[in-house]
Amino acid sequence: MRQHRAIAFDGVAYGMGELSAAFDFRRQSGTVTAILGPSGAGKSTLLNLAAGFLTPASGRIILDGRDVTGLAPSERGISMVFQDNNLFAHLDIRTNIGLGLDPALKLDRAAWTQVDKALERVGLAGFGKRMPATLSGGERQRVALARAFARRRPLLLLDEPFDGLGPGLAADMLGLMLEIRAEVGATVLMVTHDPDEARAASDQILFIAKGRIAADAPADGFFERRDLPDLQAYLGSGPV
Amino acid sequence: MLTRGEHRASRAAGLAALMAIGLALAVPIAVLLTHGESTGVTSNQGDYLIRITRFTLMQAGLSTLLSLVFAVPLARALARRPDFAGRRWLIKLFAVPLGLPPLVAALGLIEVWGRNGVANKGLGLMGAETPFSIYGLSGILLAHVFFNLPLAVRLILPALERLPPEYWKTAANLGMSGLSLFRRVEWPAMRRSAASAAGLVFMLCATSFTLVLVLGGGPAATTLEVAIYQALRFDFDPGRAVLLSLIQISMTLIVMLVLKFLGTPAEEGETKGGGTNRPDVQGGLHLLPDAVLIGLGGLFVGAPMAAVVVSGLSADLSRLLTDALFWRAAGTSLSIGISAAALSVLLAACLVRARYSAGHRPRSVPLGLLAGLSGAAGSLTLLVPPVVLGAGWFLLLGGGAGQLLAPLMVIVLINALMALPFVMRVLEPAHQNTLERNGRLAVSLGVVGRHRLSQIDIPAMLPAFATGFVFAVALSLGDLGAIALFGSDRIVTLPWLLYQKLGSYRTADAAGLALLLGAITMALMIVAEKLGTRNGSVDR
Repeated sequence: MRQHRAIAFDGVAYGMGELSAAFDFRRQSGTVTAILGPSGAGKSTLLNLAAGFLTPASGRIILDGRDVTGLAPSERGISMVFQDNNLFAHLDIRTNIGLGLDPALKLDRAAWTQVDKALERVGLAGFGKRMPATLSGGERQRVALARAFARRRPLLLLDEPFDGLGPGLAADMLGLMLEIRAEVGATVLMVTHDPDEARAASDQILFIAKGRIAADAPADGFFERRDLPDLQAYLGSGPV
Repeated sequence: MLTRGEHRASRAAGLAALMAIGLALAVPIAVLLTHGESTGVTSNQGDYLIRITRFTLMQAGLSTLLSLVFAVPLARALARRPDFAGRRWLIKLFAVPLGLPPLVAALGLIEVWGRNGVANKGLGLMGAETPFSIYGLSGILLAHVFFNLPLAVRLILPALERLPPEYWKTAANLGMSGLSLFRRVEWPAMRRSAASAAGLVFMLCATSFTLVLVLGGGPAATTLEVAIYQALRFDFDPGRAVLLSLIQISMTLIVMLVLKFLGTPAEEGETKGGGTNRPDVQGGLHLLPDAVLIGLGGLFVGAPMAAVVVSGLSADLSRLLTDALFWRAAGTSLSIGISAAALSVLLAACLVRARYSAGHRPRSVPLGLLAGLSGAAGSLTLLVPPVVLGAGWFLLLGGGAGQLLAPLMVIVLINALMALPFVMRVLEPAHQNTLERNGRLAVSLGVVGRHRLSQIDIPAMLPAFATGFVFAVALSLGDLGAIALFGSDRIVTLPWLLYQKLGSYRTADAAGLALLLGAITMALMIVAEKLGTRNGSVDR
């Protein structure tokens, strides 16, 4: 894939006063960016702005070369995976993935084959008719990844998707996510609070503090930096 | 935690309460049955009975259908718009009809929808030839929708608000349209509560008395309950009343069994001010359908209440307040209300404690029976509607003419039984709470028996007692069902007085009286709710 800007936040501002947030950054296509920062710093606000769940007060959001600032979430070319409740609990697994291909669920045979392929891809072949409640937490997240895989959107937004899975399972899921990203060729923004996860998966870091981007840097060597007091506070007192 | 002696006392008290309730129900039913034996059914009467039964079921079915047909889209619109100005107040407004005396509401509805009301003037301007009639079937349906549409909305809305916020984000992300979202997410979420709301609404409409009495009542628009009343009060035809009562009891029994079969009873969930954000919902022009729906819903529910206030204020209130009859009626109503509330709270307290004593998993059949019956005692009174109960006692007392104390006691009893399920619902969690928190400590200190009741359990439950009591007073104060059979020159309550003013076309007096009655019951309901929430915060 040709290297071009997949994401650009041009002077994006949201909210007022204490809770205000302002973001300005850009990312090349195919990169994986980990978004880190203390809770309440505005990590989810950034993701929600990119997804279109929040509308900025000023500034522009460019995704894949298009100004999407005024577009509805579904028109932005993104897939999203949350920490929880990614699946409609009363719909079976196939339907949950199928809705990702067509929101009215008007799918032809080829599309349903695509759904089954996606399930196969995440190692859940044959799970299509089961209900979300009969799956483990990790399996449900894999279904969410399968849906993102089937949708093949250029941008993948992850909101602490592997939180609460336990370290081993989370690492497996992270690997799966990276494979899927590579196959789809998507650009990833991933909110996490786990520095290890960021180190393992991302090539760039956005460190958010008090609604601002405190650091925008390559992942390599980021956690060893000593010039960021907010980062020190976030990581806790490391070796002095 | 109770000591052995306390268990014995609790169970004895519960048994006594159950027997009292059983007698109160069994005596009138036995009277009805023995009267029924001595009267045969003629074919002529058969036609009449079938017609009344059919009308009762038909109007209840239509009322339920209409209420739900409007409640589902309205609940959906409210869930889609979680933060417009006044949303909290609108939802509070929707709780009002539940506590409003039906007679007061009927008056408001007549003001708005009557021949000279605002609605018909509007319809006339729009070119409607025949005015909407507030009397007969259309009026009954309108009144039932007025009462039950807001109730259904309050039952259905929490089902949508309970859904996780990620659902709406996912829906927005995937681009699900309104229709697809309704079919695949919103309707599946609403279905259960809509079904139980429908069951509850049907039950309420099938046993509705006051509204049908005021707005229907003609031979073409009479329900079983009103027919029982007419048979006893106007025709003095006990045989017919008995048959009607038996049909009514079997009908409510069948409906209740069907409801039980359908699943959990409807329970109002959390409907607080704001719901979850809805990124899937667009603003701009898309706002219009929701705004229109919510606006019309608010107007439909709010206008009759506003009409009660407006017409009440323009009545000669000062003359009304200097009328000796008004004060006599108020005194009688209050005495009945206080007695009924005291009785209801006492019965409920005995039942609640007995149920606790028998335990969640009773170890023996008698204990299981005690627990089950104590729980069911509330709904037993739904099975035998007030008018039917009253009919039995009415026959036993030989019409109650010339008597004073006996009819009053019957009215108190019926009102107490009516309030019982609500009072129990208030007392049960408070009792559970205090025993869980103080039980072990009290037993370990040896503060048991009478001392524990007076020192610990009763003081701890005082707010709950107060809530239940005030609520029961309000309920009794607005009730026309029990007094309708026994009302006379000697026994006059506020609703009875209001009913008579309405019947003799003293419209201005009726409007003033309705405002006073509505204001008193609303004030009591608000007090009960305030006590209830304070109760909750103290418990924490």
